[in-house]
Amino acid sequence: MSDPRHVDGNAIGGFMIDVFGGEMTAARGCCAACGAVNALGALVVFRGGPGHVARCPACSTVLFVVSAMRDGPRLYLSALSWVESPA
Amino acid sequence: MTWQLATVVDLIAETERVRSLVLDVPDWPGHVPGQHVDVRLTAEDGYQTQRSYSIATPAAGSLVTITVERVPDGEVSPYLVDELLVGDGLELRGPIGGYFVWRPGGRRPLLLVAGGSGVVPLMAMIRARVAAASGDPVRLLVSARSWEELIYRRELETIELEQDGISVVWTLTRSQPAGWTGYRRRVDLAILTEVAWPLPDRPHCFVCGPTGFVETVASALVDLGHAPDAIRTERFGPSGG
Repeated sequence: MSDPRHVDGNAIGGFMIDVFGGEMTAARGCCAACGAVNALGALVVFRGGPGHVARCPACSTVLFVVSAMRDGPRLYLSALSWVESPA
Repeated sequence: MTWQLATVVDLIAETERVRSLVLDVPDWPGHVPGQHVDVRLTAEDGYQTQRSYSIATPAAGSLVTITVERVPDGEVSPYLVDELLVGDGLELRGPIGGYFVWRPGGRRPLLLVAGGSGVVPLMAMIRARVAAASGDPVRLLVSARSWEELIYRRELETIELEQDGISVVWTLTRSQPAGWTGYRRRVDLAILTEVAWPLPDRPHCFVCGPTGFVETVASALVDLGHAPDAIRTERFGPSGG
């Protein structure tokens, strides 16, 4: 059986609170590459190294990276076309 | 989100590799079943590392219980499982999470599927359901390697006996006690077909465990016809954190 190393967006809920300013795992985000809409908690996340990489579960495009910088956590946005907070 | 200093008020051995930590967290705002906390350890030279641990209990004032499995060669879990003492302090922040959460009192039945220590956040849901006496129908399917490695086994046996509407099904994938009549293989389509609620009941499904386990179960549920947006998943990686 394969032993995938990724986790999901739930695992970086704390980091997302740092960079977005609030609870974000239930927020929906849209992939700029394929248009798939998913809860941020359901994104495919690779942890470790200098940052946590969040990918689209449908097409694997990197949507954003959260990184711990000296002055605080930084969010690198690459292919997240929109985010909608839960009402 | 700020870090807080919690105090260990009780330690509960769950299995040989798993221990629950009852923490007192001043000004804890309360939480919802399924949420987790981040725990941070700081070495004497200032090196810091953090992990996420699911909360195992429903909100109860300033008390928060997490259940931790020792990961061999892990940076954090061996300390939490083997070293930490009652009275020690522990830095944490939370509650975190709004996606993998459930509140008692919904109208749809609940299907909970756990691989190994993935049972922890699902136990918070079951304990909340029992405490609220809300009557939500719940089926819990737990996969573990052996009888000895089943976390919360006695409590779940008692709950199943005493609580109408809650049933627990185990599968033991590596070794089984004498006379075992339950499942003895990894969760697959056939097991889910027997355990999952009928489609017209439109169950909410929560799946938690190692990543491979979650992928297998979630896609099998979709194959059975469950709506993808009714399936919530939480993956903790190859072997947990």
